[in-house]
Amino acid sequence: MELDVLMLSRIQFAFTISFHIIFPAFTIGLASFLVALEFNWLRTGNELYRSLFRFWVKIFAVSFGLGVVSGIVMSFQFGTNWSRYAEFVGNILGPIIQYEVITAFFLEAGFLGIMLFGWDRVGNRLHFFATCMVAFGTLVSAFWILSANSWMQTPAGFRVENGIALPVDWLQIIFNPSFPYRYAHMVMGCYLTTAFAVAGMSAWMILRAREMPAEKVVGARRSLSMALWFAAICAPIQIVLGDLHGLGVLAEQPTKLAAMEGNWERQANMPLRLFAIPDEAAETNHYEIGIPNLGSWVLTHAYDGVVPGLKDVPRDERPPVLPVFFAFRVMVGIGFLMLGLGAWSLILRWKGTLFTNRAFLTATMLMTPSGFGAVLAGWFTAEIGRQPWVVYGQLRTADALSPVSGGAVAFSLVSFILAYAVVFGFGSYYLTKLLRKGPEPIEEALRGGDFEDRLDRKPKRPLSYPDESLEGRPGHRSHPAE
Amino acid sequence: MMDILTLFAPEGLTGPGLWLPLVWAALLAVAVAMYVVADGFDLGVGILFTAARSETWRDRMMLSVAPIWDGNETWLILGGGGLLAVFYLAYAILLPALYIPLLVMLIALVFRGVAFEFRFKADASKRVWDYAFHYGSLLATFSQGVVLGAFVQGFEVDGTQFGGGTFDWLSLFSLTTGLGLVAGYGLLGATWCVMKTTGDLELWARRKAEHFLIATIVMMAVVSLWVPFLGLDIERRWFSYPNVVVLAPVPILTGLTAFAIWRSLRGSGQRAPFFLSITLFLFGFLGLAVSLFPFLIPPSMTIWQAASAPESQAFALIGYAVVMPLTFVYTAYAYWVFRGKVAEDVQSSGYH
Ligand code: HDD
Ligand code: HEM
Ligand code: HEM
Repeated sequence: MELDVLMLSRIQFAFTISFHIIFPAFTIGLASFLVALEFNWLRTGNELYRSLFRFWVKIFAVSFGLGVVSGIVMSFQFGTNWSRYAEFVGNILGPIIQYEVITAFFLEAGFLGIMLFGWDRVGNRLHFFATCMVAFGTLVSAFWILSANSWMQTPAGFRVENGIALPVDWLQIIFNPSFPYRYAHMVMGCYLTTAFAVAGMSAWMILRAREMPAEKVVGARRSLSMALWFAAICAPIQIVLGDLHGLGVLAEQPTKLAAMEGNWERQANMPLRLFAIPDEAAETNHYEIGIPNLGSWVLTHAYDGVVPGLKDVPRDERPPVLPVFFAFRVMVGIGFLMLGLGAWSLILRWKGTLFTNRAFLTATMLMTPSGFGAVLAGWFTAEIGRQPWVVYGQLRTADALSPVSGGAVAFSLVSFILAYAVVFGFGSYYLTKLLRKGPEPIEEALRGGDFEDRLDRKPKRPLSYPDESLEGRPGHRSHPAE
Repeated sequence: MMDILTLFAPEGLTGPGLWLPLVWAALLAVAVAMYVVADGFDLGVGILFTAARSETWRDRMMLSVAPIWDGNETWLILGGGGLLAVFYLAYAILLPALYIPLLVMLIALVFRGVAFEFRFKADASKRVWDYAFHYGSLLATFSQGVVLGAFVQGFEVDGTQFGGGTFDWLSLFSLTTGLGLVAGYGLLGATWCVMKTTGDLELWARRKAEHFLIATIVMMAVVSLWVPFLGLDIERRWFSYPNVVVLAPVPILTGLTAFAIWRSLRGSGQRAPFFLSITLFLFGFLGLAVSLFPFLIPPSMTIWQAASAPESQAFALIGYAVVMPLTFVYTAYAYWVFRGKVAEDVQSSGYH
């Protein structure tokens, strides 16, 4: 591996997008979770939901901020480092990305301010509307950018003229063959990421309960319960979606599929390889452990279905096999762990020990980062697996580069690594601080009385603070002490 | 005006291929102007930030922009994404040419962007984010000004790709425009603070605005006088008849606007300084547009040469025409929700 402009640019893109995706993976799900919390609060008037909203929205704000700044970096990378790519795809992906900006980014940004700072400026319903719009914006954003990425994986609806891709049919471009699967699988992945992150953080708060006032744990319990319902339902769906997605890869990108399976020879009766060390030079696997015929069955739903092999194409059209093979297994492995934890939570719920089983709470806590791991692993499978193409079958990554110097790219790569390390370090520190504090206690409860008893009582004036009347004048931001 | 346009257009071009690039050039110019004004004032608040005398001042200044900065920065993404969509060759050429200043700008924007959230979550490390917000805003502004200067100077193009070197953007001229933009955003930021704050902070912002106003006018004059010596043939456009008659009001109106800002700063104008400063910026922007049109990459590539296929421009335009009016409405609403002055007794714990 030579560290030339190409390699440096690839590393830089991989690093910056991997950093970026950590935050959308969390905020897409968290935005919807906040909608659920606020909806429940408006519906029941139960103050617990409001307090949870105000807690998770702080975490959301930090993550969203990180998502925004790292996203802005991404939208320039296409041109700074991949200008020939920009030239080739600009006529097609440019409008798609522009649609993302005008339909999603403005929507998110416009209503984010109201959602974060507008509690005392707009009515409850309008505030709820703003929360909904932010959540909706994240899903729309994912729609467009995944459409763009899917087009690079399975290009459709275009023609090539003078070495430039030109649009022919916009519907085919947007709804290209891999897009529906990728969108469904990714959004579900984001929801799972959030579910396990919220569940894990809540489990951590419950485990620390001895140091915490009792009313804080009520919030953590409610969060844990909501998140685990979600996890238990979505994990199996995600596995089904992943299976469908794999069938799509088999049809559209057979070489990628061969790399994911570590399959060198085109064969019927392919085993399901649980472990192996693919060796690209020798074109074979070492230490292979597999279940005979199961691979063919999973992919073709027939015991003797034929599965394409890496040797079907010349060496210079094969992706790096090792990272694709392992990334895929990491994702699938995490998927089944999630399924297992979801099932365990259902059993404990039935037994009534969901909040007290320490082994379970510890396992849930350990699963906090699992979604992030699976999302990254999935993307590594998809993106490294399509190499050496940047636009599958049309434009090689090596031909997509900008005419920039290696020195400039090395400099920018180091700068991004340093900057992101600092920002990420502080970000994690502040998030931990927020988690340590936990959801704010509910005011009424603090003023005495039986806590659990008051939880489900409707307050007469939701959202009212003792000092509100003093500061609620128009034109003055009021900041009730929290 | 119409003859001037067709004068620049490639011979024999008619129909959508002629007017779509014109429409898009105008729309993108509006997007860039929106960006410069909107993010201009919140970057300007950052430029002033560490000069503020107390922590509560800084809290108030930051709160005045916290609910809206993200929307303001979205115009930048629209500018970048729009360029890829409708003038894809300009995107492919400009971005590698501006590799280093854009890198600096992006990293600076990262630090100042996260400062909004981090600063209010920090205790001991709060100072770190004061400085991150300040230097991030300063560097981002400066690199945008450098980009502007480099853009005016033009780039070497080799076929459909950038043909120059890593440091082609660097010149005394581009560094000067960098400083000029710092002065200009500083003015927008200070007049914003006049509008959004009260008491001592407002008075302080008035004095700062005066300083930045002087600096802005000086820089505008320097840059305007310098441009003819760049040898770009821009002066012909301004000084030949009949253009000189049509364009003469631009510098005069600029001068009058500057004077009006001064008056309202000295008096008790609350909103006038800010809106007049915006007007000042728009005049500068107009002057620039007149100087450069129809080049997207001076001196070699016009908007027609850089344009995407009519199918792409038309598809992008449909979305724009349908969605953007709505966007303007809710963006305006978001501003309206946070209208008025920031309260004096803000507490960082009440951020959200
Ligand atoms: C599946 C989702 C997804 C994926 C694959 C990407 N993004 Fe993203 N992006 C989002 C989902 C998202 C989001 C949920 O909409 C974000 C995350 C947090 C946020 O603030 O908005 C966002 C923010 C965000 C922003 C800032 C928007 C703003 O100011 O509100 C930009 C410019 C980009 N992204 C650009 C990109 C580019 C160029 C990508 C690919 C190379 C990319 N994103 C991948
Ligand atoms: C968000 C999750 C994503 C992750 C984690 C991810 C990951 C990666 C990785 C690891 C690479 C380097 C592959 C290699 O060079 O071996 C890469 C390359 C690239 N990706 Fe993605 N990607 C993501 C989404 C996207 C999207 C949404 C787009 C475009 C719309 C995109 C466009 C590209 C481009 C242009 C390259 C550079 C050329 C190349 O190396 O193929 N990626 N990505
Ligand atoms: C356990 C069952 C799973 C299966 C069979 C599966 C299958 C797949 C396949 C075949 C791909 C490759 C798509 C391509 O190469 O273009 C993929 C990608 C991906 N997977 Fe999974 N997956 C599973 C679980 C998960 C989980 C649990 C998550 C996240 C929480 C996840 C997140 C992703 C992401 C983000 C991608 C990349 C984007 C995409 O191509 O959709 N997957 N998955």
